[in-house]
Amino acid sequence: MSKTANILKKISEAGLVGRGGASYPTAAKWAAVKAALKNKKPGYIIVNGAEGEPGVKKDAYIFHHHAAAVINGVYLAEQFFGADKIKKIYIFLNREYYQLYSFSLKTVLADRPYEALGEKTEFFIKPDRLTYISGEETALLNLIEGKKVEPRRKPPYPTEQGLYGRPTLINNPETFYNVSLAAQNRYEGKRFYTISGLARRPGVYDLPANLTVEEILRQTGNYPAKAFFVQVGGGASGEIFNDEQLSVPAEGAGSIMIYDKKRTDWRKLFKHWLSFYQEQSCGQCAICREGSYRLRELMNQKQFNHKLFDEVVQSLEDTSFCGLGSSMAAPLKSYFANVKN
Amino acid sequence: MKLKINNKQITGRAGQTILEIARENGIEIPSLCYHPDLEVQANCRVCAVEIKGRINLATACSTVAVAGMEVLTDSPRVRQARRTNLELIFGAHVEKCGHCSYFYDCELLKLSRKYKVPINRFSDRKQGRRTYRFDQAVEVDGTQCFDCRNCVTACARQGINYLEVVGSGINQEIRPTRDKSIACVYCGQCTLHCPVAAAQEQGNWSAVEKILSAKDKIVVAQFAPAVRVSLGEEFGLPVGTNCEGKIYTALKRLGFAHVFDINFGADITTMTEAEEFMDRWRQPQAVWPLMTSCCPSWVAYAEFYHPELLPHLTTARSPHIHLAGAIKTYWAEKKKLDPKKIVVVSIVPCTAKKYEAARPELKWQKRKLVDYVLTVREFAYLIKKHNIDFRNLPDSDGEKLFNRGSGAAAIYGASGGVMESALRTVAALLAATGRTKPSGSTEHSPDQRLEFKEVRGLAGFKEATLVLNGRKIRLGVVNGLGNFSRILPKLQKYHYIEVMACPGGCLGGGGQPIPTTAAIRRKRWESLYNIDKNRLMRRAHENKPMLAYYARIKEQNLGARLLHTKFTKKRNPILTSSVDKRKLPFAF
Repeated sequence: MSKTANILKKISEAGLVGRGGASYPTAAKWAAVKAALKNKKPGYIIVNGAEGEPGVKKDAYIFHHHAAAVINGVYLAEQFFGADKIKKIYIFLNREYYQLYSFSLKTVLADRPYEALGEKTEFFIKPDRLTYISGEETALLNLIEGKKVEPRRKPPYPTEQGLYGRPTLINNPETFYNVSLAAQNRYEGKRFYTISGLARRPGVYDLPANLTVEEILRQTGNYPAKAFFVQVGGGASGEIFNDEQLSVPAEGAGSIMIYDKKRTDWRKLFKHWLSFYQEQSCGQCAICREGSYRLRELMNQKQFNHKLFDEVVQSLEDTSFCGLGSSMAAPLKSYFANVKN
Repeated sequence: MKLKINNKQITGRAGQTILEIARENGIEIPSLCYHPDLEVQANCRVCAVEIKGRINLATACSTVAVAGMEVLTDSPRVRQARRTNLELIFGAHVEKCGHCSYFYDCELLKLSRKYKVPINRFSDRKQGRRTYRFDQAVEVDGTQCFDCRNCVTACARQGINYLEVVGSGINQEIRPTRDKSIACVYCGQCTLHCPVAAAQEQGNWSAVEKILSAKDKIVVAQFAPAVRVSLGEEFGLPVGTNCEGKIYTALKRLGFAHVFDINFGADITTMTEAEEFMDRWRQPQAVWPLMTSCCPSWVAYAEFYHPELLPHLTTARSPHIHLAGAIKTYWAEKKKLDPKKIVVVSIVPCTAKKYEAARPELKWQKRKLVDYVLTVREFAYLIKKHNIDFRNLPDSDGEKLFNRGSGAAAIYGASGGVMESALRTVAALLAATGRTKPSGSTEHSPDQRLEFKEVRGLAGFKEATLVLNGRKIRLGVVNGLGNFSRILPKLQKYHYIEVMACPGGCLGGGGQPIPTTAAIRRKRWESLYNIDKNRLMRRAHENKPMLAYYARIKEQNLGARLLHTKFTKKRNPILTSSVDKRKLPFAF
């Protein structure tokens, strides 16, 4: 078995999935890019490491502690596709991460065996506005191409027609890190969790991916004594669970945000979420642009119009152009279902 | 490929979207931003449908159907999502229905009624938005725009890119570019593709309504070649119906004292242009190619983007300006009317004619020749507003001194038509010189050559070579400004070039009824050529009343003032913008 086929097998056997939030099987993505690159001009690799969602900090942790492994993962990808098949590698970071971690990443890239990889690697710093939407794969492509930062219609998927119309692999740094582990047969089925909010020991933890939220909270000493509820998978798009629903895994971007049940004013919380979405909405599709604005507006009304609110939320979930618009519905719906009586 | 829509077996072709298949099979899926002319944008989210096995709803316009798919287009879930999205869109659209010329056709309004959308739960969030006006032709009203971007895409398709999306989220705005190297050419394709009349013509209908009731004015109307084959669509008549006769009656019922057919003006244009062609033909050092100039949008384009081409443009005025000149001089004289009292209103499929009518060089005794210009849409609105039952109107006829023009005039409304009309007359003029030498199969005896099918059709760019009088004439036709770049590098190759700004020519003009699609353009196109085919008089130079007028102008030496015009290099067009401070009540 050739070396390159071997890595795909290892990724597949390790069961790696994308850690950006969508949990798409990594092996399938890599295979799709590989197939698309056949008989075609070279493509691109993008490390999507510009965490834009509140409550998620694990990419920072990974860059801090595992920069070499992330680069190794990128290197393995480049080798897998064939060095001549990859025109360029973009490492997409926000300004803060660039300031903190680009030095160590560059240091790794300057050393053997990554010099050639380093030559064609470029850091791309995320603009301060529209931080969330630019994390969406196709919006990110538009950003790099200098177009309006908006998601593209899919299909075609970036694996076939990505950056400048070429096949493009976009993975989260955690995914590249896991690839590096899998290649050395060291992947143990773990993932990174960001725990924040009403937590005694907030931070990023590296724990088995199959743990339940309750196990994670207890093992990290973060299980609150007070009445609480949690938001799992992202501080904006994550689903809300009450303290009796914690036997679920922490999915999405692996974050757990703990809220004080008594002291949380739900209207303030909703306004906080909706302000975020309203600001981050790119404006392309009517439902996300208008919906986020109107939901935010509804929060200011004395008499809360629950029916109208629900209608808009449902339509957001059902008809948004991209995943970010539809993800807006998750916290809103689940809060009503699981916490607010 | 078989799939199920609303539990019914339906066959579609591979690659078709759900929306296309549904519409082909008579299943109604509402949409706002979808337009077959434009690339799918899928941003209004109104065409959402349910697909079995999918978690979320999908937009029918952007989802390619696959075999075995099961689609529900009208389930309760779909209806609710649609209603919500329409309500949200309505919240971004300040209703000016009470005085909106799109009132009777507005798709948003129709859908809101159909889906019983509550329209007062959200406040108008765009109350303070700007309206941008491009000279006197077109405007984009930010208070009515719901950001579907069809105008931006339509403008890009014209190769202009004057309109841009600026900002993000709720602060997004459609705005004219600040790039000074780009200018609006008033073609109005933005207005033709706007689903809610946010991009629309700068209306003149209320001014016309007002002047019609003025006691001391003789208000006359003249309507353009392409109006007759499209107006019927506004009243549910089959696409392409020739409504010539009804148009006369409708205009008279609206109160116009006399009605003229711009086809007569088109014959004047053909004559003038053919003579100019002949002048150049006879000169050994003539400037080639000769380029048509009856499309005001193309003229605006040339004046701004390619001033070096201005010497190529024929100085012949455009048909409605020609006819207005004839009305205000020759006709007034014959009828013993004071030309100062005559008000000429043009009914045209065009927004750029509004700009053209105000051009300073097109004045007679310091007054505009054409006083007001209405688009087909404005005209239809007036008919509906005045409760005229257009479908059942009897036919009538117009002012007898001028006729309905030749067949060559009718095809002015189609891309290639102006050139063909001129060629018919050029061929005859050449024959009259008596130097025709027919030889070889590609050559035709010029006086017998009536049809020039090689320049017809709806392709974006057409070219042909004729042999007339032993000399080759190379022809090029640009159908839609977006195709101009295809001819630019090889301009010197041609003798005669026709450019129409709008796809299809005037039949696809920016002032035509909405919707205007490729299929509709095709029907209007066929109808125009049918009119030509059925006219006994098919060449401009056979039009005796026109020749009488033409001779008279020459005799009076008024050619420069009534037949010809001039062009000048232009800077950026006049852009004005304002905020409407009025609180507009919603009025159904």
